[in-house]
Amino acid sequence: MTSAAASSAHIAAEAAARTAYGRLIALLARDSRDIAAAEDALADALARALARWPADGVPASPDAWLLTVARRQLGHGRARAATALAATPALVLLDDERADRPDTDFPDERLKLLFVCTHPAITPRVQAPLMLQAVLGLDAARIAAAFLVSPAAMGQALVRAKARIRDAGIAFTVPPAEQRPGRLAAIRNAIYVAYGAGWDQLETDHPSDLAEEALFLARLLAAHVPDDPENIGLLSLILLCEARRPARRDAAGAYVPLDRQDLGLWQRDMVVEGEALLRTAAVQARPGRFQLEAAIQSLHNQQRFTGADLSGPLIGLYDRLLDLAPSIGAAVARAAALTAAGAAPSALAALDALADRCLNHQPWWAARANALAAMGDKPAALAAASRAAGLSTDPAVRAFLLGNA
Amino acid sequence: MQFALIYYQTASDLAREQSEPEAYWGAWSAYMGAMGAAGIMRGGAGLMQPPTATTLRIKAGEWQVEDGPFADTKEKLGGFVVIEVDDLDAALAWAARAPCVVDGSVEVRPTIPADKA
Repeated sequence: MTSAAASSAHIAAEAAARTAYGRLIALLARDSRDIAAAEDALADALARALARWPADGVPASPDAWLLTVARRQLGHGRARAATALAATPALVLLDDERADRPDTDFPDERLKLLFVCTHPAITPRVQAPLMLQAVLGLDAARIAAAFLVSPAAMGQALVRAKARIRDAGIAFTVPPAEQRPGRLAAIRNAIYVAYGAGWDQLETDHPSDLAEEALFLARLLAAHVPDDPENIGLLSLILLCEARRPARRDAAGAYVPLDRQDLGLWQRDMVVEGEALLRTAAVQARPGRFQLEAAIQSLHNQQRFTGADLSGPLIGLYDRLLDLAPSIGAAVARAAALTAAGAAPSALAALDALADRCLNHQPWWAARANALAAMGDKPAALAAASRAAGLSTDPAVRAFLLGNA
Repeated sequence: MQFALIYYQTASDLAREQSEPEAYWGAWSAYMGAMGAAGIMRGGAGLMQPPTATTLRIKAGEWQVEDGPFADTKEKLGGFVVIEVDDLDAALAWAARAPCVVDGSVEVRPTIPADKA
């Protein structure tokens, strides 16, 4: 084996794993519903690929080769696999996919896996981790780091969820039309949770950050189910937030708030795409939580681009968001917008109304510190900021909160 | 695959058997009839009222016989059926039609396949 052949085999195996992982898992687990067994079989097939491809050459259809070998590993379709390996795996894959795909309106098997992972019979807090593992092949340790739990606990939760899918009878199908809106909403929530996990731990090499994975899943959902404008809204929201990533830390690693970020560092292509998607979604005239959140980010951007004060429209959007999808996060963000609009006393009153639910909520204390500072109450602002710092897990954010007060 | 649908009823729901028997039995027999007509019923039974239950435990060789169901819970076991459907969603769709699902609950559990028992 030459090292060049080995490395091209490695690259081909990695590319197949990255692009086809979820589809192969979905195909392998469809009948048995056994995701864990499918993962083991696919891991085994990938290991064999690395052993065989350098000598034999990379097959014309790496995905088909992996599927065939993994199927044989699972003990399914032995005869078919034997002939397939000999000659034309690509034809077998086509054949398999024809047999495996009764839903012509959902051409991507990964969507079925997304529906399975976010089935209401799966504990909500496991849905996003399960999706990241089953669809993208992320290991439990990396998921655990983003969700701030121990690898052992995350591993156990994932094993339990997969056993439940196998044993409880959760089907690998697309739900009927009348259930689809609610089930799509569950997928969106899981993708957004994945995006948010690790957001606060943005370090230079951000090992726990799942942004790229969440963006991939949001693209998948928007591409295949574009007739739900919320799917497009979610993709737009993630793009608009993600565009600012390079500007969120300065060269020394210190936290930079939105109103002080260097616009030259924003990823313009993402801003442009996010804005265009937001308009596409709006055409369908069915507003929702993610479209509103994307619109809020868009207004924040426009404020920075134009220097105009858009706090009035911003508060209006927060009001609509709170009507549609009430949450602590949105209520606190609305209060922060009130402070920015020069209405700090109203902001403080709004925050006070949330007090009993927010004593350990870092953004609430940070928003409170800002409102108190705007009202000139330095000692109280400092106390609130130090409380916020005490609740932050990110040293850079902690330093910012204390330095700013 | 086969699922047991296990029906749990509240005291007020169970009392309707006496206070408005026609509405009570009408709803249950229509529901059971629909499952029968769909050809999915594989077994099951409705149970008499919880006070008719007798509970037995054997502790250190001693029989302990109690009057009433095993635990004094808010929802009582009212009966169960075993149905044959494709998957959990299909089973949940039948559970959703049970007369007790609004006031009480329905537990949906796969049965152990014959080759594993």
